[in-house]
Amino acid sequence: MSHYIFILVGAVLVNNVVLVKILGLCPFMGVSKKLETAYGMGAATTFVLTMATGASYIIDHYLLMPFGLEYLRTLSFIVTIAAIVQLTEMVIAKTSPTLQQTLGIYLPLITTNCAVLGVPLLNIANNNNFVESLLFGAGSAVGFSLVLILFAGIRERVEGAEVPVHFRGVAIAMVTAGLMALAFMGFAGLDKYQ
Amino acid sequence: MDILLAIAIMALGAVVLGAALGYASIKFKVEGDPLVEKIEAILPQTQCGQCSYPGCKPYAEAIAKGEADINLCPPGGMEGVQRLADLLGREVKPLEAEEKPKQVAIIDEQTCIGCTLCIQACPVDAIVGAAKQMHTIIAPLCTGCELCLPPCPVECILMAPVSETIDNWKWKYPVVEIKPAALRDAA
Amino acid sequence: MLASLFRFKGGVKPPTHKAESTGRPIAPAPLPSRLVVPLHQSIGGTPKPVVAAGDRVLKGQLIGEADGWISAAVHAPTSGTVREIAMHVQPHPSGLDALCVVIEPDGKDEWIERQPVDYRLLPPEEVRERLQQAGVVGLGGAVFPTHGKLNPSKTVPMEELVINGAECEPFITCDDLLMRERAEEVVRGIAIFRDLLQPNKVLIGIEDNKPEAAAAMRAAVDALGEPFFVIQVPTLYPAGGAKQLIRVLTGKEVPAAKRSTDLGVQCFNVATAYTAWRAIAHGEPVVSRLVTVTGNVHEPRNYEVLIGTPMDELLKLATPHPDTDGIIMGGPMMGFLVPDIHVPVVKATNCLIAHNDRLFPPKAPEMPCIRCGSCAEACPHELQPFEMYWFARAKNFGKTQEYAIFDCIECGCCSYVCPSRIPLVQYFRFAKSEIWAREREKNAADGAKDRFEFKQFREDREKAEKAEKLAKAAAAQAAKKAAEAAAAAAAGDAAPATEAPVAVGAAEDPKKAAVAAAMARAKAQREAAQPKNMDAVTHEQEREMAAIDARREAAGIADAPPAAAEKKAD
Repeated sequence: MSHYIFILVGAVLVNNVVLVKILGLCPFMGVSKKLETAYGMGAATTFVLTMATGASYIIDHYLLMPFGLEYLRTLSFIVTIAAIVQLTEMVIAKTSPTLQQTLGIYLPLITTNCAVLGVPLLNIANNNNFVESLLFGAGSAVGFSLVLILFAGIRERVEGAEVPVHFRGVAIAMVTAGLMALAFMGFAGLDKYQ
Repeated sequence: MDILLAIAIMALGAVVLGAALGYASIKFKVEGDPLVEKIEAILPQTQCGQCSYPGCKPYAEAIAKGEADINLCPPGGMEGVQRLADLLGREVKPLEAEEKPKQVAIIDEQTCIGCTLCIQACPVDAIVGAAKQMHTIIAPLCTGCELCLPPCPVECILMAPVSETIDNWKWKYPVVEIKPAALRDAA
Repeated sequence: MLASLFRFKGGVKPPTHKAESTGRPIAPAPLPSRLVVPLHQSIGGTPKPVVAAGDRVLKGQLIGEADGWISAAVHAPTSGTVREIAMHVQPHPSGLDALCVVIEPDGKDEWIERQPVDYRLLPPEEVRERLQQAGVVGLGGAVFPTHGKLNPSKTVPMEELVINGAECEPFITCDDLLMRERAEEVVRGIAIFRDLLQPNKVLIGIEDNKPEAAAAMRAAVDALGEPFFVIQVPTLYPAGGAKQLIRVLTGKEVPAAKRSTDLGVQCFNVATAYTAWRAIAHGEPVVSRLVTVTGNVHEPRNYEVLIGTPMDELLKLATPHPDTDGIIMGGPMMGFLVPDIHVPVVKATNCLIAHNDRLFPPKAPEMPCIRCGSCAEACPHELQPFEMYWFARAKNFGKTQEYAIFDCIECGCCSYVCPSRIPLVQYFRFAKSEIWAREREKNAADGAKDRFEFKQFREDREKAEKAEKLAKAAAAQAAKKAAEAAAAAAAGDAAPATEAPVAVGAAEDPKKAAVAAAMARAKAQREAAQPKNMDAVTHEQEREMAAIDARREAAGIADAPPAAAEKKAD
């Protein structure tokens, strides 16, 4: 049991997908201007990432491995992820058109969010079983959402601050992201037990 | 043989996913476009046509479809552009036309001949009058769209900026006073 | 009763500076050279002027008629001649003009005929109406028309009537002196409010730095045998805020979106009670008020001042020091420097402070917010001024509303304690007026949209109606022709052979075919809407009618064809 908790905590905080593994930086910088969009993006990515880890595990273990087609992993994962993203976009278009507009291009770009492909591949590299894969996927997604929302909150405030002219916009956001990454280094070692 | 198997598996995956997406597109079909309403709520509803669309709603529809830019509405001003950019996640662009202060139309009642042409032109029913009777503008309803100017045969309508009164006066943004540094005595 | 007083959070204790102006009794201010009476002196509609330039008016004569229920009348403060009705600078931070009645006093100070009444004999509606006509408004500063607050709620029983004699702002002593010298009339005025609202108890709150006023009020309450409680509340700014005083006296906290009446509490200022009594029992409308003149002057004192007196003339009575460089209307916490020293005293003017740099040293420049939280501790409404400031400064108004900027009463406690000397209240006022302006614009846009849509609908409808009319007219004509032919045939006369071929020829033309179709529809419609009296007609009558129709046809045939041609052209 504690093994699973460590996977989860490790994925959320210690090996945070954005700040430690430096995956998925595109939406992290792109949709963190407002808290609302950050919530939406966090939720969408969490859904896609969790689904993608589950689906890719099944595809890998029951479709590719039995036939020795491991070389098709990247290709088939991408196709699956693209399908899930499309599905998510349809659901969002139905439920919240404003969110769809504000997420804009970043919504279909979840497909190419390297975190979404990276996490299933890491799962395979780590020889995780199905439950571990799902936990790792969900944990990574929660970690992604967490830092995205924190970052959006900070950026909303930075908006009101007197930033030197040349640092305004993305520059100060980069600096902020760097400081956040430093802060997350404080969690290092939390998942090492015994 | 291997390659055939690989193709078969990928094809199978494509068919399954394609079928799922096709089903979803029917199930989650979006009726109408609620986004248009949100865009329209930001537009100033002057119905002036300065965006080259025949009213605020057509412009909102064009924006929602991505056919029109967000910086075509001079009455909305830069603030309107900013809010549209916020809503749609697009880049803020400078306004196409010049931003004017809010205006109202005034009819010079001495010159007016009562032709009713301006009444027909006014998109928001802000002009009252009848044939051969003097016309006048209901100032609080006037959006300052200037559509009544061209039809007037005697050019008796003029635009005047909305004057500031105690009721619509706004507190100014607190300005930090910058004082010139005391000049050192030239040594 | 005295056992339980409550506390509100926050508050500050600035130096009170009240002793200066309490040493001298109230003095009537002499008639000024002219009176500029603004018409809009209360919340609500702007009163309409009912006098014209050149009119002679008497003291207390109506010059501005209340416009709507939430609006209060304005009266001539003294007898004299109306010089003009024109725009003059207002005692308002904007320094903008508004419509004023300018009166030149004749020095006689002649009253109109006053009609004192015993309010107990009048129905409550009439008492309220009299208060409105006498221009009685809240004199604590908000100038809300008093009659609008005297409607007992139908759903919530009125529990407490709170009378505000706290007067928490530094320098101001007009309510203090009023209670000291005219306590009896204040108590009688409170009795009017009590009788109209029927509360369970009446609480008079007075800050404990005014023991003389409290003693005078107690004596008056005892003398009149009223069951009112005179309660001394701790001196803490802003204990005189309505919500704060209600909190201190009753322990009830008025939520953001509600009014105190929803909790069964209503609150009035002592000066309002006094003017209400004068209005009812003496028939005197509100033409004067007590004003504290203090600050940088030799003789700080309270004056009974006619509304419309220019402030500079009033200030001269107290002989200001030569280094006076401005006049603050209101107290140092919530008041403002008047834009022009000639602006008139209005119903909201409770205090004039002669300003100079010694008394109010200029603020050092604003420094960055260090998020120390002092402002949040001082805020009597438990808001977070530093957050509101942050977003107001960034013009992120949505966020300021999330931090409940509209609960801010602009008391100035936060600015007072701010170690970075940030003018927080100014930022909040800026944000509030921006939000209001946006709301106004939004409403205007919605209205414009509705009218535009209605205009489109109307134009479509008119088009449809026109088309229908044309179709009907065409149908009528064709029917006419048919009837003519029929009538001719029925009459057995030699039918004009030309008629029928014309109809046939018309049918061949596609346009005419459309007309014919429309005609047929119209005919069907007409038949559906056949007049009721056609049910019981006899054969002979029918024949008669057909004959009449035929005659009509023959007479109208001359002008029918051009009309038809026009229709075709359309």
